[in-house]
Amino acid sequence: MKIVVTVKQVPDTNAEKVFDSTTNRLNRTSIENVLNPFDEYAIEEALKIKEGAGDGSTVTVLTMAPESGREVIRKALAMGADDAAILSDPAFQGSDAMATSYALAQALKHIGFDLILAGTQSTDAICCAIPAALAEHLGVSCLTYARKVTVAGGEVEIQRDIEGGYARVTAPLPAVVSVVKGINEPRYPSLKGIMGAKKKSIEVLSAAAVGAEAGRVGDAGSFTRVQGWAAAPAREKGRVIKAADPGEGAKAIVDFLIAKKVI
Amino acid sequence: MDFDLTAEQLDVVSMCREFAESEIAPNAERWDAQSEFPLETIKKLGELGLLGLPFPEKYGGSGADTLTYALAVMEIGRCDASVGITMAAHVSLGAMPFYLFGSEEQKERFLVPLARGEKLWAFGLTEPQAGSDAGATKTRAELRDDRWTINGTKCFITNAGTPISGGVTITAVTGEGDGRRPEISNLIVPQATAGYVQAKPYKKMGWRASDTRELTFENAAVPEDHLLGPRGRGLKQFLDILDGGRISVGALSVGLAQACFDAAARYAKERHQFGQPISKFQAIKFSLVDMATELELARSAVLKAAWLKDNGRDFATAAAMAKLYSGELSRRCANAAVQIHGGYGFMDEYAVSRYWRDCKINEIGEGTNEIQRMVIARQLGL
Repeated sequence: MKIVVTVKQVPDTNAEKVFDSTTNRLNRTSIENVLNPFDEYAIEEALKIKEGAGDGSTVTVLTMAPESGREVIRKALAMGADDAAILSDPAFQGSDAMATSYALAQALKHIGFDLILAGTQSTDAICCAIPAALAEHLGVSCLTYARKVTVAGGEVEIQRDIEGGYARVTAPLPAVVSVVKGINEPRYPSLKGIMGAKKKSIEVLSAAAVGAEAGRVGDAGSFTRVQGWAAAPAREKGRVIKAADPGEGAKAIVDFLIAKKVI
Repeated sequence: MDFDLTAEQLDVVSMCREFAESEIAPNAERWDAQSEFPLETIKKLGELGLLGLPFPEKYGGSGADTLTYALAVMEIGRCDASVGITMAAHVSLGAMPFYLFGSEEQKERFLVPLARGEKLWAFGLTEPQAGSDAGATKTRAELRDDRWTINGTKCFITNAGTPISGGVTITAVTGEGDGRRPEISNLIVPQATAGYVQAKPYKKMGWRASDTRELTFENAAVPEDHLLGPRGRGLKQFLDILDGGRISVGALSVGLAQACFDAAARYAKERHQFGQPISKFQAIKFSLVDMATELELARSAVLKAAWLKDNGRDFATAAAMAKLYSGELSRRCANAAVQIHGGYGFMDEYAVSRYWRDCKINEIGEGTNEIQRMVIARQLGL
């Protein structure tokens, strides 16, 4: 079975983000980029499925990124993925979620797959759209928000996270599955994994190589436009409740929480 | 000169940092307070390949270089000096002698489980009457009926009494020698050897979550093939081991000094006195600047010594200088960090209080400051 995990390079969650005012795009050169934390769960799940199957299944990591995307790919390879592909072409610049999903789907057709695993979302754009859009482009089933994944007999079964419980959903392979945070505990890359990662193949794919049409990627292929941006308002200073007796103070806090509809 | 780390070295640093910050740092205070050896965490270090970092893959190691090893020790030591010394003593003192001096059979038998992190190993050099004068060892081993029978005592030994300790390699007098100096050899003593006893752990000022014990040998007998390296080469062998070990204790000191700086800088920005963060006061600012400047120098010195070793150059002087400077620096940084914390720094709930207790041994272990100066003086022809 060929498992492909789609991953994204995102700015470090703790880093201060700066936008370029002419392009309205995030300035990615000035900050440290990391592997999208949600994707680590998808990689771990893919490795667990592969190890559990023990049948020569492979895990390929796929991303769309500039050349600097190699850094986050290296982490996935060090965790144990077998190989990787990077969609890297200036033509992809400015792609929104739909254009990105088209390009990734083209790449997936090019490299082949039985099961596609993805995190539910990225920590930067948080569109949560890629898994479903991929499935649509590829004409395969889409199973989202999995908190457990089982593959057997050419079928994938998941426990889909829903409020108050889970739904059991199955689909024949090939399929796209998005996994939730907390489905597993992503492993640390081992020393052997890190040292071995440099020997693994990273295929760089251009738009032409995957047959992506120019009008469907980049700015031209995007349905959305970023019109502007602003820094999040600074958090207001907290209110300090001073009360002579604790009961009075507690009542003031409870009243406040009720007013805010917290309780 | 190329100061860039390789992609692999950067990845090892980020993995170690992530692991240490999530799995070690949150527990360090408790392990210290309870003098608890963090067995499960040490096992995880083994699974990640950190306990076999500089050994070739064919011996179960990770195949990394000394520079990568030093970087890893810095990151682990930054979060907990006890875990750092457990790792460093195992790799540099426990496993390294097998790699450097062991026969192929000994490497297969002893080094492989150590490099894989399945077992820890100790190195027994220091004795109650043989500290800096390590050649004055009183422990004796006699070859009788194809077995070495060992009698003596070793003290301050790391990693000898943990639940996964596999044994200890010791120096012992095995003959009369040239009349001036006795013949000293290294002997391998597996954990279950009859007559080999590990005392209760010492109560220590610092490094409390590491395992340190006195070891006694009462007619402890090991097979003749448990001699490590040629008979009579023990003194030279342990001097070589100590040269390499200085790089790791230097790295450990840099890690601790970094932790001191991080804690002090964070606190100085948060703590307000006289209407502003104390980091705005020149006295505090300069103290932090001095720490940062010296840290840069210490890190460079340790990494240079590691680089020299990796490139097959003579690294003994560089390692002694790096260890001396970093060890003293860790003490200066711990002192400054507590000073910046003021009264809070004297309280155990602040990590700098632990750093202040952990730093002192960096000036003593793996050769005291005085011994480092003697080593360096000799190299300078003084």
